[in-house]
Amino acid sequence: MFLRLRRRALAASGWLLAGLALAGCGGPYPQTTFRPTTQYGAVENALFYNTFWWTMLVLAIVWGALLVIIFRFREKPGALEPVHVHGNTTLEILWTVGPALIVAFIAVPTIRSLFELERPAPPSALQVEVIGHQWWWEFRYPQYGNIATANEVHLIQGRTVDFIIHSADVVHSFWIPRLGGKRDVNPQPTPPGNVTRRVNHIVLTPDSVGVFWGQCAEYCGSSHADMRVRAVVQTGDGFNGWLQAYNTPPSPAAGTPEAQGKQILESHMCVACHTIKGTAAAGQIGPNLTLVGGRETIAAGVLPTSVASFERWITYPGGVKPDALMPGISEGAGGMPPTGLTPAQVRAVATYLASLRPASAAAATTAAPATVAMPATPATSGAPGAAGTPASPAPAAAPPTTNSAAHS
Amino acid sequence: MATAQAAVHAGYHPQRRTGLRDWLTTVDHKKIGILYGGTALFFLAVGGLEAMGIRTQLIRPDNHFLTAELYNEFFTMHGVTMVFLMGMPISVALFNYIVPLQIGARDVAFPRLNALSYWIFLFGGLFLYSSWFFRAAPNGGWFGYANLSERPWASGPNMDFYALGLQMLGVASIMGGVNFLTTIINLRAPGMRLMRMPLFTWMTFVTSFLLVTALPVLAVALFFLTFDRMWGTSFYLPANGGDPILWQHLFWMFGHPEVYILILPAFGIISDVVPTFSRKPLFGYAAMVYSGCLIGLISWGVWAHHMFSTGLGPIADAFFTITTMIIAIPTGVKIFNWLATMWGGQIRFTTSMLFAVGMIGAFTLGGISGVMHATSPHDWQQTDTYFVIAHFHYVLVGGTVMGIFAGSYYWFPKITGRFMSETLGKWHFWLWFVGMNLAFLPMHWIGLLGMPRRTYRYAAGLGLTDLNFAATIGAYIMGVAFIIYAWNLVRSVRRGAAAGANPWNAATLEWAMTSPPPEYNFGRVPTVRNREPLWLEGADEVVAAAQAAPPPNLHMPPPSHWPILTALGICLTLGLFLTHVWFAPIFGLAFTLLCVMNFAFEPTH
Repeated sequence: MFLRLRRRALAASGWLLAGLALAGCGGPYPQTTFRPTTQYGAVENALFYNTFWWTMLVLAIVWGALLVIIFRFREKPGALEPVHVHGNTTLEILWTVGPALIVAFIAVPTIRSLFELERPAPPSALQVEVIGHQWWWEFRYPQYGNIATANEVHLIQGRTVDFIIHSADVVHSFWIPRLGGKRDVNPQPTPPGNVTRRVNHIVLTPDSVGVFWGQCAEYCGSSHADMRVRAVVQTGDGFNGWLQAYNTPPSPAAGTPEAQGKQILESHMCVACHTIKGTAAAGQIGPNLTLVGGRETIAAGVLPTSVASFERWITYPGGVKPDALMPGISEGAGGMPPTGLTPAQVRAVATYLASLRPASAAAATTAAPATVAMPATPATSGAPGAAGTPASPAPAAAPPTTNSAAHS
Repeated sequence: MATAQAAVHAGYHPQRRTGLRDWLTTVDHKKIGILYGGTALFFLAVGGLEAMGIRTQLIRPDNHFLTAELYNEFFTMHGVTMVFLMGMPISVALFNYIVPLQIGARDVAFPRLNALSYWIFLFGGLFLYSSWFFRAAPNGGWFGYANLSERPWASGPNMDFYALGLQMLGVASIMGGVNFLTTIINLRAPGMRLMRMPLFTWMTFVTSFLLVTALPVLAVALFFLTFDRMWGTSFYLPANGGDPILWQHLFWMFGHPEVYILILPAFGIISDVVPTFSRKPLFGYAAMVYSGCLIGLISWGVWAHHMFSTGLGPIADAFFTITTMIIAIPTGVKIFNWLATMWGGQIRFTTSMLFAVGMIGAFTLGGISGVMHATSPHDWQQTDTYFVIAHFHYVLVGGTVMGIFAGSYYWFPKITGRFMSETLGKWHFWLWFVGMNLAFLPMHWIGLLGMPRRTYRYAAGLGLTDLNFAATIGAYIMGVAFIIYAWNLVRSVRRGAAAGANPWNAATLEWAMTSPPPEYNFGRVPTVRNREPLWLEGADEVVAAAQAAPPPNLHMPPPSHWPILTALGICLTLGLFLTHVWFAPIFGLAFTLLCVMNFAFEPTH
């Protein structure tokens, strides 16, 4: 018994230490909350550690007392009946006031941080509309012609971003752990004449260039697990390169397999849902596929981008993502009939889609500065959120602002 | 009236009624308690099997053990089962059996209503589980967030089973709550003042209060959902001006008191078990009572801490942050008072006591991660991840289930007259304790390293393969422990060593009469003169009264078959709603009304 108990204590402390080590030294955890790359995340973590250590103190006291009790006050043969103590006012006041103080030590910084992190965005912030769909993410940039992309959101290092979050269908939750905490993606009530928008905001400033993983955190139906997202944080130049590439999308040379794929795509039902800038595809229901070949993954983070992945996806989306709302070649879905594409046609379309990437590889990811710094394009469409925004957001290659200094 | 009765029942003839018919028509609180307990343990096994399915699916990345659809049904039914079909009824089983004995009553205040709540609960559970036969088990998560639960996104009958099944379970709980409030207020033995009641009875009282006040909120939420789904209203449908957030508020207004409905009975059990095996009275009795009441009260003001990421704004978030943290204070008082009760005692580590001590340790950890959730800005990282799963499994498995285990080893000798095997019991405890920690401790890191809950698969790239593997092994160990427990229960009913009236030398009234108690509980209702009637002066008189021959004109309520038929009628009516034939439910309704009439006018003397 003694041995068992000691083992239990050892195991518990072992786990605790291992856990802290895990938390501290990082490791290959792309969705860890322990290594935030924003001041926002750092504030959250500071709070967490404050709570963590106070509560660990309580845990140590309780578990310590338990261990002492287990060893010291075991029944001993022939021992006298223990003294019947009914209480002790001093002690009881002590362990009411003690925890109350600890609660105060936790609550005060919590409330302070709460209001700090919920501050509205400055006018210079990069606005990114985040729209949740079953089961993919739509991102719109109202300050940049309301251009839309899907599942990979491009952000600028050092420029505060204002995520404007709402849903097209059910409740989702937008979460990229290394940028900061999540916020629910709520459907907007739309009665006639109702002007109240139920949008949520997360306002934070990415400090590090890189690709950060996230995923939907509120259960949203069959493929909730497959609703993943990536944030691509670029330098101002990198972001401008991406914008430029977006606005001058690649077009396949006539006679190539890519051109054939484009023709097939444009002449089939694909265009009813998808938009590819510079083509006849202008549907608004599914993900915008402009520069889709330049994304790291397709199908909201489920498959690595490649011709084979596109083929697999187009052939039978439901086999990759259960209940995906896109029809396959022989299975209908989302109220649409099968596409009826032949394997050869699928291959051609897949080849075309994979070719839809920025001419300069740099623009697709993060590294080298693009050659031309594109001036920010003010919103031209009547998209919600565009009206009333300052005509000229921060200069494109904005120097890192306020929060970056805090990044260690 | 009373004289006429005395004439009819000239002389009380104690008889042990047996047989199927008796179990179906019984109104004896002890038999109903056993029915509740057996049913709840059955559902614990079923919910456990669902947990095995969930953990097997997650044993490695991108596993194909379950399809996404099945996985979503599994975790929904696991949650619904463990909360509504196991957690609540298993507590109610002990309320039923133990509370009347603890306060010196011959039965609950409304014996037939008690039977009715059991049968509605049972049929509600069967109704929910019948969904599997239609391949339409609820799949919206146990808190069934709107608008995913609405017809445009959930066109099958899955969430109809959810809405109607929970409605039945809620009705059963409200009835139970009314019954126990009345019983505890009205049926106490002479001298059993409120501040002399055992803590288990006190916590039953607080829990019943929460049942009666919280479950109606769920009923309203479920009615709205049913109306939306069946008759085209738009309470939660944004397209027509409804609001899914309304569901969240209503559900958690029920849902947070519900958490305390699940844990307060375990607090009560521990508060009875710990003094008995420490050979010391409960430390700080009054503080324990008041802290329990305070927890119940504050539980009404914390619901939106489930909604920190919903976007209610910093003022609402701040309010619920503070109320939630405040609840830690009375909870801490309870933990420290348990420790102080044990301090200086002569502790006998029976299986029951092991579970009690394990519960205190595990619940403390669960409580602590609760305070971490209350740190609202960081809750934006924690919520909807496995960190939350870790938290509430420490509270509900480490707290409620271990508390229930402690209680079942403790009261089994009273219920059956036999001990459970201590050898099997220790195996059960150690396997459970190790398995539980192996299953749920890693989930803290799984969550903070970025795995959301309710995901039927995860990518190997998340780096969480090993931690998930460990959690799954832990779950399997818990499964083995449960099998040992079930075997221990079954074998001990017939083959356990005989136990006397008060085998643990406990202090409270339920240990005064013989084990198992006679149908009428107390030969003569004893007069209670203090808080530990079997430890302090007058104990002999109390025991003598309890074990005395019953008075010849003693009247016990006769069995009735109307409770089970009424419950059947309600189940039938709701089932017929699922046919979507508009006139079909009328037949069920007519049958139910017939039963209710007969129920109402049945002579009970």
